[in-house]
Amino acid sequence: MRRDMSTFHFDLVSPEKIAFSGEVDQVDIPGAEGDFGVLAGHAPVVAVIRPGILTVTAGANTQKIVVLGGIAEVSDKGLTVLADVATAAPDVDLEEFAATIQTMEQQLPSKVGDELDSAIERLDHFKSIQHELNTTAMH
Amino acid sequence: MASLKDMRVRIASTKATQKITKAMQMVAASKLRRAQMAAEAARPYAEKMEAVISNIAGAAAGSPGAPVLLAGNGKDQVHLLLVCTGERGLSGAFNSSIVRLARERALELMSQGKTVKFFCVGRKGYEQLRRNFEKQIIDNVELRSVRQIGFVNAEEIAKKVIARFNAGEFDVCTLFYSRFKSVISQIPTAQRLIPLEVTAPAAGAVATSYEYEPEEDEILSGLLPRNLAVQIFRALLENNASFYGAQMSAMDNATRNAGEMIRKQTLVYNRTRQAMITKELIEIISGAEAI
Repeated sequence: MRRDMSTFHFDLVSPEKIAFSGEVDQVDIPGAEGDFGVLAGHAPVVAVIRPGILTVTAGANTQKIVVLGGIAEVSDKGLTVLADVATAAPDVDLEEFAATIQTMEQQLPSKVGDELDSAIERLDHFKSIQHELNTTAMH
Repeated sequence: MASLKDMRVRIASTKATQKITKAMQMVAASKLRRAQMAAEAARPYAEKMEAVISNIAGAAAGSPGAPVLLAGNGKDQVHLLLVCTGERGLSGAFNSSIVRLARERALELMSQGKTVKFFCVGRKGYEQLRRNFEKQIIDNVELRSVRQIGFVNAEEIAKKVIARFNAGEFDVCTLFYSRFKSVISQIPTAQRLIPLEVTAPAAGAVATSYEYEPEEDEILSGLLPRNLAVQIFRALLENNASFYGAQMSAMDNATRNAGEMIRKQTLVYNRTRQAMITKELIEIISGAEAI
């Protein structure tokens, strides 16, 4: 199959399933060291991603997917995201998500040192996902 | 010789057994389909993970600063055998073939003077290994209450393994499970987890030079524990599919054997019945003639 110059192949896989697979125009990824967008012909890169919202643009369609950490790999074959958990934004159960945040908050006092730092960081990421889900009214 | 009534009772009980094995076979068949789908859905992730790791690891493995999970701690004295089996029996040789492979490996290592420890996942393997190696089993995880194996189950096991590795309890870790090939064929498999077996990139393939964000070693240190969990998760799913495959064919055999037994028992029953009728007739006729 000949590929259009401006699109590339994108696979989003989690341990339990393939969440997305197809030709896309652009993907915006929440990288651990800052967000970045991937277009066709992007230089090969391996990047860790933080819990956040991944935006997929294919033609006129835009799709938002919540990913809870993982790793992204860009090669000449396209983009592969290995996500710990991947859920399409409209499918996220907001109540369950709030409950998860609450449990994380409760567990904070029992942690120390590096573990505490990473737990706080993760909690912040979760909160910003929640904020975005609530404000953009994707439901 | 058994009376006619005894024979009828025995045939009825064989028929009841056959109904049970038939039902179990059908249940296993429907669960197998789901287990197989789950195993297939998990494959792409595990494969991609392997590809990414071997890409990064190829460069890092040789360097002295390579993470211990990748390169090992340089020793080869204490071996941990992570044996994954099923929670239930009635599945042919499924459980015992995994245990046999692990036991053979353990005896081989022990004859070389190495120390062997076991980590059992699944009740059946624990019960079988306990007979020979009770003192060497350091941990045992049962997944009996788990209805659908999720990634979290594998993650918990991986955490325990890593904690023990970091505490210096073992040097090499090998995973035992049954790979699902088809309904009639499940292959007991041993896979080394620590140090990691990295498949060398195919000869002739051009290695892509990636940019890393953050640095390689930082990515690797996050990725390696995760890869361990992924490999265990894959093993659990393959095991699950293998278990139902093995159970299905075992129950199919049992149903067929029961059918054969019913046929034979019915034949004997009818012969005996006819013999008795003939005997009674002879008695009546000879009695009538005597008058």
